[in-house]
Amino acid sequence: MDTIIQGKAYVLGKNIDTDQIIPAEHLVYSLSDPEEVKLYGKYALSGVPPEQGGLPEGNIPFVGEGSFRSDYTVIVAGPNFGCGSSREHAPFALQVAGAKAIIAESYARIFYRNCVDGGFVIPYETSQPLTDAIKTGDELKIDIEANTVTNLTTAIAYTLSPLGDVFSIVQAGGIFAYARQENLMAKS
Amino acid sequence: MAQTITQKILSRAANRRFVEAGESVWLNVDVLLTHDVCGPPTFDIFKQEFGPDAKVWDPEKVVVLPDHYIFTANEHAHRNIDLLRQFAAEQGLPNYYDVGTSRYRGVCHVALAEEGFNLPGTVLFGTDSHTCTSGAFGMFGTGIGNTDAAFILGTGKLWEKVPESMKFTFEDEMPEYLCAKDLILQILGDIGTDGATYRAMEFDGEAVYSLPVDERMTLCNMAIEAGGMNGIIAADAVTEAYVKAHSSKPYEVFRSDPDASYHSVRRYNVREMEPVVAQPHSPDNRATVRSVEGTKITKSYIGSCTGGKLTDFMLAAKILKGKQVAVHTNIVPATVKVARDLECETFEGVTLKKIFEDAGCSIALPSCAACLGGPADTVGRSVDYDVVVSTTNRNFPGRMGSKKAGVYLASPLTAAASAVTGKLTDPRDFL
Repeated sequence: MDTIIQGKAYVLGKNIDTDQIIPAEHLVYSLSDPEEVKLYGKYALSGVPPEQGGLPEGNIPFVGEGSFRSDYTVIVAGPNFGCGSSREHAPFALQVAGAKAIIAESYARIFYRNCVDGGFVIPYETSQPLTDAIKTGDELKIDIEANTVTNLTTAIAYTLSPLGDVFSIVQAGGIFAYARQENLMAKS
Repeated sequence: MAQTITQKILSRAANRRFVEAGESVWLNVDVLLTHDVCGPPTFDIFKQEFGPDAKVWDPEKVVVLPDHYIFTANEHAHRNIDLLRQFAAEQGLPNYYDVGTSRYRGVCHVALAEEGFNLPGTVLFGTDSHTCTSGAFGMFGTGIGNTDAAFILGTGKLWEKVPESMKFTFEDEMPEYLCAKDLILQILGDIGTDGATYRAMEFDGEAVYSLPVDERMTLCNMAIEAGGMNGIIAADAVTEAYVKAHSSKPYEVFRSDPDASYHSVRRYNVREMEPVVAQPHSPDNRATVRSVEGTKITKSYIGSCTGGKLTDFMLAAKILKGKQVAVHTNIVPATVKVARDLECETFEGVTLKKIFEDAGCSIALPSCAACLGGPADTVGRSVDYDVVVSTTNRNFPGRMGSKKAGVYLASPLTAAASAVTGKLTDPRDFL
């Protein structure tokens, strides 16, 4: 597992639901066929109303027109990120687009579990809101061991809430890898 | 030690006498539910992790109910149904309800009840966030993703954090103008879309126990809209009569201990409540219908796991009988059973189907349809700047199709009254 995640921030507001992360009409593509999988990258966060994407300015798409990958690595958002449906396609789409971590004030339960158990993106929480302190395009550096995020653009560091019990699942890379490591299921 | 009903059910599933809120426990799963959107990727992960020849832990306990994208020309959607069919055949799953056959049922949460899979005291996981609907039967039901579901398929187990419980008591006798939908939208407005995150929502009180099973399902169905892990109503004589009529399997009734501890307790008197809607674009954006009445609508939609059950249509028929709708109105029965019931259940001597047809409504085939937008050719999908009054569960931006459209979530009474006038209308004007 990486110990450092570095890249550009993409800032969103509160209550970003899974229909905004990946609209339901796109849930028909295969999650295993490599060509079809790219479409999840293309449509990641395509349901966000344009003016609410890429704050504080807005009208900045997560994935550019005609592209399958995002220029942004870390999503920064307010409370209740990932509310709504259970679609695991949501954290998957973010991963396919190139996101590695999310820093939100809080998460909806199923989305949080999906991020961790599927090993898609790391769902970090912060006790203080960062959506005003970080702007879309700022360069961020997350130190996984130290549990901090530094905004390299402003040179200010923030503490992330500890991942607690789920850190070992994140570290293993998902629930299956974790279960094998802990002898909860046969190693293959 | 005193426990809530949710703790007791999870204790049973964990083979423990007591589980504490906040601790993570491994649960033995009674039923795993999946459908056409999340089934295929779940089966993929299962094969990848347990091997191409692996068998599911217990074929009887896997229920596959395709319901999301059924009546569409979308090829990818068809392929997903093929993948379900293939897996069910390979694994010999007796509880697969194939599309295009007499076994097709429709919306999974309603069909689970009809087919007798909802049993008090049991643990259900489903690859759909509205799996919490089944809590209406005094059981634990919650939504999970594909990876967790694949883990269950191979092992029959999953870890879960025991939730704290929030108690919502509705006192007094339900007035005829209120529906379960009004009660849950009231709660959502009070606690917000993350007000119950990681918690159980337990419903109690005279008004709740006066409700038929369908209405109890509506209450529990929208627990997820407050972020709840599960919604739950302890089983009573009404539940047991339903369960016995649909299943011969054994079950165990649990109730919360009087001294069980709760995160919080809220009390409501239903005689002091009024019909409400959730305004665009969030289920917690509550307003009384009176305060927004007159808002023009372009469509009315009565359907889904939340608002497409027989009781929802009985309520709508009370208002639509002998009236004409002023806007396009979609009637989407949740299941084939509900669709058949529309043909034989009557209100004042007329079948519900005839009441809806005479009023000018369109009756669609049973599936999730436009509740979540779906492929471009989905019946009832919102377009452009549509303003929809809907008995469904979510009004997020773009949820029913068009990102520019607005959706007002409402009870079947309010959706029917508004259909007749073409603007948001308090059902008391018609009752």
